[in-house]
Amino acid sequence: MSTQLRAEDTHAAASSAPPLPRRLSGRTTGSDRVFVLGARGIGATVLVITGGIGLFLAWQSVPTLSRYGLDFFSETQWSPDTDQVGIASVLLGTVTVALVAMVVAFPLALLAALFISEYASARIKSTLVSMVDLMAAVPSIIYGLWGFFLLQPYASGVARWLHTYAGWLPFFHVDTDPTAAQWEQSRYTASAFVAGLAVSMMVLPMACSVMREVFSQAPLGEREGALALGATRWGMIRSVVLPFGRGGIIGGTMLSLGRALGETIAVVLIISPSFDLKFRPLEVGTETVSALIAGRFGEASASQLSALLTAGFVLFLITLLVNTLAAVIVSRSRSGAGTDI
Amino acid sequence: MTTLTPATPPPAQDLQGAPVPRTWVRTVEDLPGRGTIPPQRRPRPTATFQDRVVSLGSMAAALALAWAVCFRLLPWGTPLGYTIVAFVLFLAIVTVATALLTPGPAVADRLASAVVAGGAAVVGVALVSTVVFTFVRAGPAVGHLTILTQDMSGVGPRDPLGTGGVLHAIVGTLVQIGIAVVVTVPLAIGTAVFMTEVGGSFARVVRTVVEAMTALPSIVAGLFIYTVLLLSLGFHRSGFAASMALSVMMLPIIARAADVVLRVVPSGLREASLALGASRWRTVWHVVLPTARPGLATALILGVARGIGETSPVLLTSGASTFFEANPFAGAMNSLPLFVFDSVRSGEPLLIQRGFAAAAVLLVLVLGLFVAARWLARARSGR
Repeated sequence: MSTQLRAEDTHAAASSAPPLPRRLSGRTTGSDRVFVLGARGIGATVLVITGGIGLFLAWQSVPTLSRYGLDFFSETQWSPDTDQVGIASVLLGTVTVALVAMVVAFPLALLAALFISEYASARIKSTLVSMVDLMAAVPSIIYGLWGFFLLQPYASGVARWLHTYAGWLPFFHVDTDPTAAQWEQSRYTASAFVAGLAVSMMVLPMACSVMREVFSQAPLGEREGALALGATRWGMIRSVVLPFGRGGIIGGTMLSLGRALGETIAVVLIISPSFDLKFRPLEVGTETVSALIAGRFGEASASQLSALLTAGFVLFLITLLVNTLAAVIVSRSRSGAGTDI
Repeated sequence: MTTLTPATPPPAQDLQGAPVPRTWVRTVEDLPGRGTIPPQRRPRPTATFQDRVVSLGSMAAALALAWAVCFRLLPWGTPLGYTIVAFVLFLAIVTVATALLTPGPAVADRLASAVVAGGAAVVGVALVSTVVFTFVRAGPAVGHLTILTQDMSGVGPRDPLGTGGVLHAIVGTLVQIGIAVVVTVPLAIGTAVFMTEVGGSFARVVRTVVEAMTALPSIVAGLFIYTVLLLSLGFHRSGFAASMALSVMMLPIIARAADVVLRVVPSGLREASLALGASRWRTVWHVVLPTARPGLATALILGVARGIGETSPVLLTSGASTFFEANPFAGAMNSLPLFVFDSVRSGEPLLIQRGFAAAAVLLVLVLGLFVAARWLARARSGR
């Protein structure tokens, strides 16, 4: 209504004395033009560099894909000597490790984020935030050492426990007898489970900081409203903070999933390579795309290198898909408000 | 007491333009006669005596019961098993106790508090154990100062810890990351300035591609440099190739982070500068970048910390030398993450200890960078 009124006002004013619109020059002059050109040049350079990588990977995967066709995605073995090259088992291994990592990291990240934003007292809050950021900065090789030397003995015990009590679930199966007097610890080590645990520590801080950021933006009025209506702290979290932060929770999880898919060094340190097409995270042996590249690039001939680049390209596309979905979800959530004066 | 900051009431209209009643809370300073009285914090008891008794009692009961379960009833007598069983029992006991004393929403609240605190504790234990474990395992090798003053040339894998060190890897890491920073930072910040200050459809294309390339796995960045620089262009493995791989990996990350930081610079500042007659370049240089400086520094330092710790691009491109090499173009140049990786994979106990020492040095480097980032970020809140 008000818009219409205003339009009528202007119309009336225009009819009585037609004011000439001031002529505005949109041309940039002098240093402004240099600035725009320079900035555009830098942008173009970065576009060429980064886009070039994507195009290069796509171009390099043409010979492999035309040579093997769709078999590249269904073949499980990676043995260039016998001309059998495919990423089915490797992709499954990548997904397994990432899935284990997310199953561990998601609840922990959510709980840690809730603790920092809702439960921690103001005095220790900033310390805890710094600790999570520090966790993100710790090099992945150090998580690899931690997983390999410190965690693996415990993790194999947990794996055996899961196998003993939940072994009837197909994905907890391990090809050995868990109740033997001398249990075969080596069957439970170097598995996707242990690698996934190490990777989860890497991706956890990323998910945690995204979630905490979103939780802290939950509107104060709604929080106080819930508390004033008699909600307990958990009731307030469940009815205000979690619904508000849903986009951030999903988005942060997917961002860290993207990171988990591409993690290399910790996985290489922990797993022992095997190309079986199986979904048994607890059992020894698996292989991921990035570990495959790290292990095979050295002795690769030109055609094998193309195959490795294709595998890398496929990994990149999957990661890109996950990240794009995450970005869409985060931007659609309520928490995308900008800052302005 | 929380005071709401805006000094004027928000417009009392909803999106349709119809006036709606709104509650308006005035700040404390606005209230007449209240300016002289310092606001006093009302004591808010967070836990009653009964709450504490229930918590402590449940804890004691859970610990005792878990001991009986793990060490007397079931074969789960490991520290890890004991901790898990004790925590699960604690949750059960605290739920039952609360339900008996104060049934209703308080049960879920108490249970949720315990679960959330437990999850946070697990994360804390993981972080602390990572750092402490690295330093403890590094202890024997760091005890010898040669670890910081010598390289590994002529040192066999079974030579005692008193000979040889990781100086070459430290220098290699610093040289490689230095080149990567020099290459990356102007490009990344320039791109961010282009994306936020110039804009337009081309900037949207650049932003899309840069955001897409943050998804590039670091090993693929290394493989790209390996294929292009080493195999096609005939460079040999060197610090330069490694720093190029690190740059390719870091460029989208830093550019994106800088973009986010620059986007939240209030446009009112920009418009004020332009309205005073400053050119766009002077606006960026004297207003936008200084305003965003703490955020930019944090973005940069966290990007660098990520680059320093990243092993996979370096693994493919730098070559693992054992001798001191400061010239990035001369030949193979080791770095700390690569040294750690190689020595741990070797399986030699002494070499693994050296690997842990290198990991500790790497961790100290990253911690130093991290503290610097915190310190720079704090400069903003001090203003």
